Amino acid sequence: MFELHTLISAATKAAEEAPNPLIPNTTELIVGTIAFVLLFLVLRSKVVPMFEKAFTARTEAIQGGMEKAEQAQRDAELALHEYTAQLADARGEAQKIREDARVEGVAIIEDFRTKAQEEANRITVQAAASIEAERQQAIKALRTEVGALATELASKIVGEALDDQVRQSRIVDRFLDDLEKSN
Amino acid sequence: MRSFFIASSPGFVPPSTNDFNLPPSIGDSPYSTKPIFLVFLSVILISAFFIAASRKAAVVPGKLQFAGESVYVFVRKSIGEEIIGHEFMRFVPFLFTLFTFVITNNVFGIVPLLQFPAMSHVAFAYVLAIFSFIVFHAVGIKKQGLIKYLSGIAFMPGVPKFVYILLTPIEIATFFIVRPLTLSLRLFANMFAGHLLLLVFISGGHYMLTNDHLLLKILSPFSFAMGIGMSFFEFMVQCLQAYIITLLTALFIAGALADEH
Repeated sequence: MFELHTLISAATKAAEEAPNPLIPNTTELIVGTIAFVLLFLVLRSKVVPMFEKAFTARTEAIQGGMEKAEQAQRDAELALHEYTAQLADARGEAQKIREDARVEGVAIIEDFRTKAQEEANRITVQAAASIEAERQQAIKALRTEVGALATELASKIVGEALDDQVRQSRIVDRFLDDLEKSN
Repeated sequence: MRSFFIASSPGFVPPSTNDFNLPPSIGDSPYSTKPIFLVFLSVILISAFFIAASRKAAVVPGKLQFAGESVYVFVRKSIGEEIIGHEFMRFVPFLFTLFTFVITNNVFGIVPLLQFPAMSHVAFAYVLAIFSFIVFHAVGIKKQGLIKYLSGIAFMPGVPKFVYILLTPIEIATFFIVRPLTLSLRLFANMFAGHLLLLVFISGGHYMLTNDHLLLKILSPFSFAMGIGMSFFEFMVQCLQAYIITLLTALFIAGALADEH
C-alpha cells in the first residue's frame, strides 16, 4: 500500500499547490470576450451575408430556370394552339372555297347550257322562219312560173286560147290542186 | 511487480491542474500565455477560412466554398432552423460564431504543436455561457416584456397553485443559475478531463520509457497507444461539446421565443 499512499500524497500535494480550476482568470475573461465579439463581428458582417447571398442566388437560379422552362412550355402550347386553330381555319376556308367553286361551276355550266339552248332555239326558229319564207317565196315563184309554163304548154297542146283570165286561173288552180293531191 | 512500483512511484509526478497553468511566454505579461495565443489564433483562422470560403458567393460553389458552406449550413439548418423555427435567421450569426469558436479551440487540444484546448480554462467557457445567458434572456424580455417574461419563468402556467412552492425556486434557479453554469462547466470539464487524460497517458508513457526498468520500457508503447486512441476519442468529444453548447443555446433561445416561457 506504500505506493498508493505515495501517489495520493503526491496528488494532494500537487492539488494544494494548484489554484482552483473553477476560479476564472481575469485576463482570460477579457480576452475571451474580445475574441468572441471580434469573431462574431467578422462572421456576421463578412461571412453570413455572403453565404446567404450565394443561397439566394442559388434558389433564384433554380427557380428562375424552372420558371423559364414553364414559360417556354406555356409559349409552346400557346403557339401549338394557335397553329392548330389556324390550320383548322385554313382547312375550313379551303373547304368553303372548294364548295363555292363547285357551286359556281355548276351555276356557270347551267348558265352556259341555258344560253346555248336559247341560242340553239333562236337559231332553229330563225332558220325555220327563213326556210318558211324561202319556201313561200319559192312556192309563189313556182306557182307563177309553173302556171305560165303550164298554161303556155296547155294552150300549145290544146291549141285553145285561154285568154280569159278567170278561166285561166281556175284551170291552173285545179291543176295545182291535182298535183298536190297526187303528191 | 511490487518492487517496480515502490522503486518507480516516487519518481512519477501525476499530471495536475498545475499543468494547465502555462507560464507567460513574453516576460510577465498575462496576455502572453498559450491559451490566449490559441484563442486569438482561432479567431484569425476561423475568420480567414470563412472569408476565403464565402468571398466568391458563387452559385456553383468550389471546393473551399463548399467546405465553408457545409459548416455554415449545419449550424443554420440543423441547429438554427430546426430548433428555433421561423425567426432563426436573426440568431444564425451568433450560433455560427459560437459553434466555430468552440469547435476550433477544442480541436486545438489534439492538433500537433498547439495541443491545448483553451476551453479547459474555465474563464473562456464562462464567457460563452454569459453570452448565451444574455442572448436568451434578452430575446425573452424583448419578445414578451420584462414582467411577463419573468413571471412566466417564476410561475409556469397550467400548474396547480400549491406546486409553485416547489416549482418557483427550481425554475428561477434553472433559468438564472443552473443553465449558464451547466453550459460552461460541461464544456470546461470535458475539455479539462480530456486533456488530463491525454496528459496521463502521454506523460506516463514517457516516464515508463525513460525508466531504468526494462519491463516498464517494454510496456510504455501501450501507454502511448492509449494516448493516441484517446486522442481520437477526444476529437469526438471536442466536436460533440461544440455541438452541444450551440444546440443548448439554440434551445434556450427557442424556449424564450415561445409564448409560454
